Amino acid sequence: MKKPGRVFETLSGIPLEPFYGRDARPDPPAPGQFPYTRGIHETMYRGRLWTMRQFSGFATPEETNARYRYLLGQGQTGLSIAFDLPTLMGYDSDDEQSVGEVGKCGVAISSLEDMETLLDGIPLGQVSVSMTINSPASVLWAMYLAVAQKQGVSWDRLNGTLQNDILKEYIAQKEFIYPPRPSMRLVTDTIEFGARHVPRFNPVSISGYHIREAGSTAVQELAFTLRDGIEYVEWAIERGLPVDSFAGRLSFFFNSHNDFFEEIAKFRAARTMWAHVMRDRFGAREERSWKLRFHAQTAGCSLTWQQPYNNVMRTTVQALAAVLGGCQSLHTNSLDEAYALPNEHAVTIALRTQQILAYESGVTAVPDPLGGSSFVEDLTMRMEAEADDYVRRIDGMGGMIHAIEQGFPQQEIANASYRYQKQVESGERLIVGVTAFNTQREEPIPLLQIDENVSSRQIEKVRSLRTRRDSKGVLHALADLRAAAQGSRNTMPPILEAVKAYATVGEICDTLRDTFGSWEERSVV
Amino acid sequence: METRIRVLVAKPGLDGHDRGAKVIARALRDAGMEVIYTGLRQTPEMIVNAAMQEDVQVIGLSILSGAHNAIVPRVMELLAEKQMTDVAVVAGGIIPDEDATELKKIGVAAVFQPGASLESIVEFVRSAAQRQAA
Repeated sequence: MKKPGRVFETLSGIPLEPFYGRDARPDPPAPGQFPYTRGIHETMYRGRLWTMRQFSGFATPEETNARYRYLLGQGQTGLSIAFDLPTLMGYDSDDEQSVGEVGKCGVAISSLEDMETLLDGIPLGQVSVSMTINSPASVLWAMYLAVAQKQGVSWDRLNGTLQNDILKEYIAQKEFIYPPRPSMRLVTDTIEFGARHVPRFNPVSISGYHIREAGSTAVQELAFTLRDGIEYVEWAIERGLPVDSFAGRLSFFFNSHNDFFEEIAKFRAARTMWAHVMRDRFGAREERSWKLRFHAQTAGCSLTWQQPYNNVMRTTVQALAAVLGGCQSLHTNSLDEAYALPNEHAVTIALRTQQILAYESGVTAVPDPLGGSSFVEDLTMRMEAEADDYVRRIDGMGGMIHAIEQGFPQQEIANASYRYQKQVESGERLIVGVTAFNTQREEPIPLLQIDENVSSRQIEKVRSLRTRRDSKGVLHALADLRAAAQGSRNTMPPILEAVKAYATVGEICDTLRDTFGSWEERSVV
Repeated sequence: METRIRVLVAKPGLDGHDRGAKVIARALRDAGMEVIYTGLRQTPEMIVNAAMQEDVQVIGLSILSGAHNAIVPRVMELLAEKQMTDVAVVAGGIIPDEDATELKKIGVAAVFQPGASLESIVEFVRSAAQRQAA
């Protein structure tokens, strides 16, 4: 019978030996050498630190713009835009579906006008911008590209990332609009457009973060993410794009969770697996196509309502794992994660966490410092083997879309999530401050409030916009988009025209809803 | 013969975070209850209609998006309109203390915040349903 609170396996359930002695296996190749287990660059952080990129957005574009300027002023080195639920789901602020939701989970963006306000004073040729947007990704990207044009920045100078990973929406985050195949077509359109016109921009951020937050194990996070990546590569190749023309711009996004060594092993296994996938499965010839670049975010789901200051320590350990795992970009969560969007004080602490790791801890001086540790190398190989198993199983189902239609990854996640919760309830896994070491009285913490008049202001703005713009131009652009969507033309150019005519997010998405239909999932519990 | 407690677990609004709702649905099933999970993006109208059709004793609303102040009162309003006030409503998710207090004032039986144990939720749902049967 397991002693309560003491489990000798990783969060994924990989059993851990009492100790790891030296073993006969050779160390993996040096950092910067295939298959990049030890890092994609020879010098890693000696050459360049990871980008400190705090995911951020709330209320109106004006307020979010102020937060971006604040964060950049405090030493953040890249932007990451968080949109509200209506925007994420392709609804305008004044849609009846948006009631109660405007500006609550992110910034409300209904049109190019909002995007112009959001990015006001941000030099897009100098600051890389990541956008966490999926189903309407093309629309928001078009708005960003239009703002860049207005700033006089040519698209070939733009750095940034679009999340735009629709497969993980069906699997975990559930912000899907249209069915899988038309959605994959939209993603492929952006990959093709990006390869041709915005070559320094990552058109997709193939994500495991949300899969993990939904309750998967680290192995599942790794496997499902890479298998999603494989699906995108297949679709782009099917489109006729040579693999080396786009593969170097596929980026990844992983969770950095509590189990310190498992997370580091996961990142190392991810690089190893992807290098082999690209070179051996897809025949890519260029190094850039083989190198897995990733953004990491510390695990939101691990942070607690009780004793919220404990979250600072959790985030620090998780951030350290991401750094020792060789991430290219990092977001650290704020201590008020379980309550609200970050307030200024909390997000500053989160940013300082990264800065202290970068400048005071010394861990940036040597790439992959844990490489060669028998424990870490063993764990890396085990995770790779277990993830490979899943990849083969999904291949056997006919690929990820088929697996999703069969409910496979969703059921794996639901099972893992329930198993974890039972472990917490039984005391096998402890949560400090929650299931143990409680305090009788909790000190309230200051919280960011989203004013209810945010909604009325945004509603008024979008309604006013509809009266001021050239309606004929909008209708014409939407008609052209409809034609493109019904045919096989790349949808990015018509979306750009629509956006520049000040068609709204909702109007563009409705046009696509009409063409592609809406997707309703068959829930698995 | 004891009839099983029937519970509707619902995800109102645009929020797609369903981990908690699913875990709770499964825990309630493991505890012997009949659970109907509505799936995502339900309007208050859809939820109340489902509750009526499925003849449930308890409705569980899971909201993590901050939209609870708009959504939950609407559900309570509809239940009153349809004379279904004997159905117990519990809410869970990201709901601050002040808002939880207000929700209870309009008839929500309990608000479960992050960290609430499955055991406490199952027990509460069981006793709320049994209160109706009495």
